[in-house]
Amino acid sequence: MMAEFLDLAFISGLIGATMRMATPIIFAALGEILSERAGVLNLGIEGIMLMGAMTGFLFTYSTGSIWFGVFAAACMGMLLGLLMALLSVNLGLSQHVSGLGITLFATGLAMFIYRLHFGSPTVPPIIQPFKQVALPVLSKIPVIGPGLFTQYTLTYIAWLLVPALSILLYKTTIGLKIRTVGENPVVADTVGVNVTLTRTLCLVAGGALMGIGGAFLTLAHQNMFLIDVIGGRGWVAIAMVIFGNWNPFKATIGALIFGFLDGLQLRLQSVGLVLSFHLFLMIPYLLTIIALIGVSRRAAVPAGLLKPYRREEKGG
Amino acid sequence: MGNNDQPVVRMSSITKRFLDVTANKDVSFDLYPGEICALLGENGAGKTTLMNILFGYYTCDAGEIFIKDEKVDLAAPKDAISRGVGMIHQHFALVPSQTVLENIIVGTASRRGIFLDLKSARQALLELQERFGLQIDPDARVWTLSVGEQQKVEILKALYRDVDILIMDEPTAVLAPAETADLFNTLQSLVKEGRSVVFISHKLNEVMDISDRIVVLRGGQVVAERKTSETSARELANLMVGRELLESIEKKELAPGEPVLNIKNLNVLNDKKLAALMDLNLIVRQNEILGMAGISGNGQTELSEVLFGMRSPTGGAIQINDRLLNFGSPTASIKSHMGRIPEDRIDTGLLMDLSVEENLILENHSSAEFQFCGLMKSQRIHQFSEDLIKAYKIKTAGRDAATKSLSGGNLQKVMLARELAGEPSLIIASQPTRGLDVGAMEYIHQRIVKERERGAGILLISDDLDEIFALSDRIVVLYEGKILGEAPGATASREQIGLWMSGVKA
Repeated sequence: MMAEFLDLAFISGLIGATMRMATPIIFAALGEILSERAGVLNLGIEGIMLMGAMTGFLFTYSTGSIWFGVFAAACMGMLLGLLMALLSVNLGLSQHVSGLGITLFATGLAMFIYRLHFGSPTVPPIIQPFKQVALPVLSKIPVIGPGLFTQYTLTYIAWLLVPALSILLYKTTIGLKIRTVGENPVVADTVGVNVTLTRTLCLVAGGALMGIGGAFLTLAHQNMFLIDVIGGRGWVAIAMVIFGNWNPFKATIGALIFGFLDGLQLRLQSVGLVLSFHLFLMIPYLLTIIALIGVSRRAAVPAGLLKPYRREEKGG
Repeated sequence: MGNNDQPVVRMSSITKRFLDVTANKDVSFDLYPGEICALLGENGAGKTTLMNILFGYYTCDAGEIFIKDEKVDLAAPKDAISRGVGMIHQHFALVPSQTVLENIIVGTASRRGIFLDLKSARQALLELQERFGLQIDPDARVWTLSVGEQQKVEILKALYRDVDILIMDEPTAVLAPAETADLFNTLQSLVKEGRSVVFISHKLNEVMDISDRIVVLRGGQVVAERKTSETSARELANLMVGRELLESIEKKELAPGEPVLNIKNLNVLNDKKLAALMDLNLIVRQNEILGMAGISGNGQTELSEVLFGMRSPTGGAIQINDRLLNFGSPTASIKSHMGRIPEDRIDTGLLMDLSVEENLILENHSSAEFQFCGLMKSQRIHQFSEDLIKAYKIKTAGRDAATKSLSGGNLQKVMLARELAGEPSLIIASQPTRGLDVGAMEYIHQRIVKERERGAGILLISDDLDEIFALSDRIVVLYEGKILGEAPGATASREQIGLWMSGVKA
């Protein structure tokens, strides 16, 4: 049986699965990084991903256009991001309460809309999902080529977004504003940065990424919508943000580790080793806790995280 | 200087209310080009509020503002900045985890569109540094800089935005004397270029030294305006307070008794694991107030934390009334008969959401006096708090009122009432009047003197030299974790103490 583990198809398949399973986590983690860098912890992530998954599926099913589904999922994410902004930024409510509220609300709403549209069919409706695209030349590289470069388009986009977000945060004036808002909104305000607007836009853009991350699960990974399709991946993404010290590249490494473990357990099941999916779902959290013990003293937590900002809060 | 010119800023009839407090009432203020104008007043006089309005941080409820002859409506700081108004707040508006350069350029336009143009920004910054003699490494992270250096970053940040009206809120509060001299040179060179500076302060001597003109605020209103050359510190003091200041506090001659606090070779590390106190030796006796002077950040906080049982030292011993203190245990500190007045009454002293009564019994709530088998003896507790509220003249809606509804002075009275109720033999008072107005300050000072007469030994840790001189029988100066000098309170000279505070051992 050992030989089976190590044969070429197995390795190639595992690389491919790692990339696939990491994709939704990367999208969601990047969205969360954007939000948290601006100082807002978005615990609505799990709900936003679920709504993205449902919306993407519904629109693809109705219109037959899978890209329209992705677009709709992004819009739904933006809408929920905006709701989060209204609650936690404009009204200055607790970010924990607002975020968890959105997750609870979205979980109920996703199922409600799905039932409204499809009822309770015995066989769930399916769509024609994304097909994997083999990049010319690159996918012909031996061993790693087929796994790395025969992927869904959304996976390629996720890979491009990682350096893009990094450049946005560290190389642009907008990024400096976002980071300043997240570190100390008073500083940002006194140099003329609009704190409310910055936080709102980050939540909206972050929500779009979370929505697409969710849609990947119903439009590429699977071809149907199930209520537990997200399966805690939103929380995993938050763990990866902490694991990655709020850095897009490092969070992606975390997402890849998760993707690897996720892919591995699928492979292991197929060769006859039965282990619960949930056991593997545990591992990223375990890793995060271990990593946190190591880095927590030097963790670059945005100092303004969780703090609502109102200018005239305190009289002088 | 330049008083014949048109004012560069004109604020007329400014009124600003916060809920039920009127911070500024019908205030008019002019600023002329090329002058340093001091805004003088006690805490809560409305100086900072007035300038926050000019900076667009607060919006005023009534009144008009003209900047450079143009009527302006300042909705946010960016409106003020674009008109050349910059403000350096008392708590610096800097992000510690970012570099000097990042802190300076945030929010400014870049020549490369949305991309940061660090190269030309650095060039522009270095030119500014050259021009005004403010040398700071642009790539240093702000948290690695000293307070004085951070202030330079703030000034550079304003100059980078081409500010010609610079507001500085209590800029010397955190500086050592030598750094203050540096700052004053910088300000002089700014006004020589025709810029204007507003210097907010309550320190008379500094105001006399640096300003061309002085505007005095009291209770949210302008009470006087003087040319610096035509006034005296004495006159300003009376204008500021509105009555003759008590010349000094009446203190009985008392011979110091037995030591109540004996610190031997104490070594303590700060949060960054650097030495905060090095081989510190200190004795406080009965009937004695020992004043510990020093710029904040030289180990005072760590010392009080060790005494309060909130930090463990790496070496040394502390004896309180002949008994060794058990380190790292707040309970041990309470049991040692110590009155603890922490420097931050809101963060560490009081629970703001609980009632006044609950705060008053916070330390003793489990003593047999107040409980039986875990049940509170409410009658007994009510009586106890009513008595204290009366004795300390605490202004509150009642013992059930939420503590956060009290003013700063009354919060400190609650603090004192709780700590002094048990007639402690040793009192550690850390910055006991920080942020309080004159009336409350006087009350607290008298209370401390009364405790001395009762026989307590008092360690008064303060960065307010006036307070140190007014109360202390003996003065020690803490500098970088060591006692740099000691002098009797009656004969100590301010100059000598000031030199010690800035690390000059002469």
